[in-house]
Formats: sequence, C-alpha cells, structure tokens
Amino acid sequence: METTLSIPELRRLATEVRKDALRSITAAGSGHPGGSLSAADIMTALYFRCANLPSPTDPDRDRIFWSKGHIAPLLYTLLAYKGFFPKEELMTLRRFGSRLQGHPKKGSPPGVETSTGSLGQGLSVAVGCAYAARYDRLPVRSYCLTGDGELQEGQIWEALMAGAHFQLDNLCAIIDNNGLQIDGKCSEVMCIDDVGARLRAFNWHVISIDGHDMGQCVDALEEAKTVKGRPTAIVAHTIKGKGVSFMENVAGWHGKAPTQAELEQALAELDAQEEANDGNPA
Amino acid sequence: MATPHKDVLGTLEGKATRFGYSDALLMLGASDPRVFVLDADLAKSTTTERFKAAYPDRFIDCGIAEQDMVGIAAGLSLMGKIPFTSTYGTFMVNRALDQIRVTVAYAELNVKIIGAHGGISVGPDGATHQALEDLGTMRMLPHMTVINPCDAIEARKATLAVAAMQGPTFIRLGREPVPIVTDDDTPFVIGRGITFEDGDDVTIAATGSMVYEALLAHEELARAGIHARVLAVHTIKPIDRDLLVQAARETGAVVTAEEHQVMGGFGSAVAEVLVQECPVPMEFVGVHDRFGESGTPDELLTAFGCRHTDIEAAVSRVMKRKR
Repeated sequence: METTLSIPELRRLATEVRKDALRSITAAGSGHPGGSLSAADIMTALYFRCANLPSPTDPDRDRIFWSKGHIAPLLYTLLAYKGFFPKEELMTLRRFGSRLQGHPKKGSPPGVETSTGSLGQGLSVAVGCAYAARYDRLPVRSYCLTGDGELQEGQIWEALMAGAHFQLDNLCAIIDNNGLQIDGKCSEVMCIDDVGARLRAFNWHVISIDGHDMGQCVDALEEAKTVKGRPTAIVAHTIKGKGVSFMENVAGWHGKAPTQAELEQALAELDAQEEANDGNPA
Repeated sequence: MATPHKDVLGTLEGKATRFGYSDALLMLGASDPRVFVLDADLAKSTTTERFKAAYPDRFIDCGIAEQDMVGIAAGLSLMGKIPFTSTYGTFMVNRALDQIRVTVAYAELNVKIIGAHGGISVGPDGATHQALEDLGTMRMLPHMTVINPCDAIEARKATLAVAAMQGPTFIRLGREPVPIVTDDDTPFVIGRGITFEDGDDVTIAATGSMVYEALLAHEELARAGIHARVLAVHTIKPIDRDLLVQAARETGAVVTAEEHQVMGGFGSAVAEVLVQECPVPMEFVGVHDRFGESGTPDELLTAFGCRHTDIEAAVSRVMKRKR
C-alpha cells in the first residue's frame, strides 16, 4: 500500500521529474522538453496520487494512454519514479537498442500501456478500454493525455463523440492546454479555442484548471471520479516549458534538446523554485 | 492435394464470403465471450448485423468513423477482448491506415481487421468503393497476417482461425456470391496454400475469388493438353514459400491471379519468393495500375482482366518463355 503524497510532496516530486526528464533529453541530444514540462504537474498528480497503479501488470490498474506520445521523456521519468524500471536507464533515451524509444512503444519499458506518437489516436484507445472495463464491471479508470494542438486531429472528435455517446464515466481526458505547437501559437496555426466550450458541446463534463497548481490538479482528477453518465475532460491550462525561464512559452523548445550549459541553468532554476516552494508550503 | 468441388465448375451459384464471415462470428459469439464485433455504419453490408441481432451487448456501432473504430478495437484488445472491426476494405485500409499501422500493428495488438467489398466485383458503386490495394497495403505492415479467402466456407474457417491466434490480422471479403470450391474437409491452416489440381506444365497460383477462375482455366487448358497445377493461396502473408518454390521448380512457369492491383499485391508476394529461390517466367493476372469504375460485376471482371480467359492467355504467354 502506497502512502498518499501531500500536495507539497507532489510538487517537489514534479520538480525532480522535470529535472530527470530534461537530463534524459539532453543526454539523448533530441526530444521534446516543452510539453514534458507543461504536463509534468498534472501527470505527477495522476501517477502518484489519483490513479490506481500498484504495478504495470495489475489487471485492475487504471490505464493511462499518452496520446501526445512525443513527451515520452516525461512518461519514462514517471514510470522510473514509480519503480517500474531503473532510473539509470533514463539516460539511454532514444539510443539504439534502448527500451526508451523516441515515441512510446507498448510495454517498453513496463508501464507504457500502448504505442503512440502519431497524434490523435490515443483517445479512441482510451474509449475502447473504458468500454471494456465497464462491460466487465472492473474498477478500472481509463485516462488519456492529449495536447491542445493535437485537438486539430479529426480522430479526436470522433473519439469525443464516442465517449459521450457510450456514456463512459470511467473515462477521463486530460488536455495539456499549453497554447503552442511546432509552428507557433495554436490560436494562429489552427484555432481550437474555446477548448472547454467545444468539449462541453460534445457533452463531456469539463473541468478547467491551472495545470501548474498541484491542488487544483488533484481536485480535478478526484472530481472526475464522481461524475456519472458522461466522461470528463480536464482542461489543464499550462505553460509550455514550465519551470525553465528560457523555455517558457517558446514554441522553439517543442522538440529541441538543451545543451549541457542550458541544462545546468535549467536545473539550477528548478532547484531554486523548489527551495522557494519549500519556504511556502501550500 | 485437396479436391475442389467439381460440381460447381461452370455454375454461378454460390455465396458471398462476407456471409462466411458472419457464419463464423455467430459461432464465436456462442463459444468465446471475449469476441466483440465493431462496425462503422455498414452492418448490413458487412453482414455483422447477424452478430448484432444475436449478441447486441458485444456489438459496437462506431458510426461513420473508421479511425475511431480501430482505436476502440485497440482499447478493447488491451483489456483482453478479441475485437473484429468491419467495414468496406477501402475505408478500413486506406482511411484508417495510420491507426492500423501505429495503434494496432506496431503495438502487436490482437485486433482482427476485416475489409469487406474487396475487388472490382463490388460493381456499380464504382472506384471509391472497390478495394484494390488492400492486400498489398496490409502485407507491408510488420506483424500483420493477411488472408484472402476463396469462398464462404474458407472465409468462415479463416475467421475462426484468426480468432484463435494472437496478433493483428486482416481478412478480405467480397460482396458478390462466389462459387463454393472448398468443403468442410478442405484443410485450412494459416500460411499454407492448397493444391487443388496437380500438373507439371505450368502453375496457376490464385487467391480469393480468382481461385474459381483458375479452376475454370485449368479445365479449359486441359482440353488443349496443358496440365496446369492450381494452387489456392488464401494467406498472402506469411506466404507459403515451400509450396510456391516446389511448384515453380516442378512446372517451370507461374501465373498469379488476384482481384487486386498487381503492383504490390499477391503476385508481387509470389514473385518476391520465386525471384530469390527459384526464378521462373511469371505472368500476373489482376488489375493493372488503374482505378475501377461502375458496371455489373460481370462486366467489370471481364473489362479489368480478372477472368479465366485472362489466366489462359497468361498461361499461353508464360509457356512460350519457359526454358
């Protein structure tokens, strides 16, 4: 039985996770830091407090699908911190022969529920998983992390239709709403605002939060568990590159590795924030 | 060697392979509670409505959303179900190709993908609805098993066989009735072709609906004193290398026949084997790099070169090149 982590503990953990995700991307020389940092808080809350995930093979575990597969460094770091594989392996990210592929491959390492990377596909998988879990009366909840730019994929809206049509209240979509995509601002590339209004129009229960407020992240994930008769979408308003000053809100850090010097600066900034946080426990 | 149903030669009575599929689904519905059937608003055409009527709680209509259907099937399979996704082959394979590639094949999920309405014989609906690239596209995907049954009985056996194996599979079905050329005792093993007629002059390797045409060609050629070996090859991938190589070695010339583009399809799969292991002159009967069009199945099969007469002409060409 895991102990429940407090909000300050989760916050500290999210900082450590950010640091290791950045270390692995730097070692790889390529990867996706921006989204790994923006989604770090809510995914830490999910993996370490709100989801039931005692082991990567427990039949009753909650299933978490990473539709935005490019932020694999965050996924791998969380799985390593869960103890599903050795942390040292994080430094093999994207290397030939590594289990840590550039985009997630099912079961590689343990805890990667399925293969993703071509955007827009994960929510449909989460729908199918939730459907089967309900059919079998399992306590399994099905989660799916998507980006906001990813909502431009048509298949997402097919899956949103299906999730509501099948009234899957064991299904929860988490939208990492960081406002940026490779070519610039989502609102300028292909506007998907207002995300919450669009999701409500598809008959989902929508919770909008500050995706960097750990308390709000936990509360939203817990609220989703209580909703009946329809799926929940958590629109987590986040900052791409969150926690590293020179990466924040810069589209160019979507898919670029920091240099060693940039990494040092990023780690120092994250450490400084952690110390500041420790001085002001929530 | 298996014996084809001799009585059917020269008749046009038969049954569409899509009904063999739902015959099997009904059996599976009763025998295996893990079996789910998904459709994309074509349950009548694909014949999955028969399963829906019998097992409504394990039938999911995904609406006109093929990509989502593949993803939902993937999610079901991750929870231990055996999902069959069903729609027209061209929408299945072409529209949802990336979903089949990344979500299903790369992850090696146990999803059974069914492409109905394969081939030019779909008829009046025209090119948009005639799957002519499905077999080739599917056989390029790693981990994918690809099966093209020749009649409704073989379609039934193929469906049962893929349910019993682990991993992604594709089965092509046809819209039009085709003569029954196998029976309950004809062996069906995934990856093993069937020798229907023995002969040493030339090999006709046929798949799907073209097996019947190959048998007609065999009869016609026999009258002219040419003894053709007829191989019925339901599994395009993994293909039966041993059977093909032996036939090429013993007959010295091979004609392939498929209701599909010859580029990248069954004939290509056969050629890939033979060119490495036993190169012999080959001819390819099938659709040659063009889209289909509207017409009756009969008109189209003739216009697009998918008749026994086309096989006979190919045999005559290939035998002239025999060394």
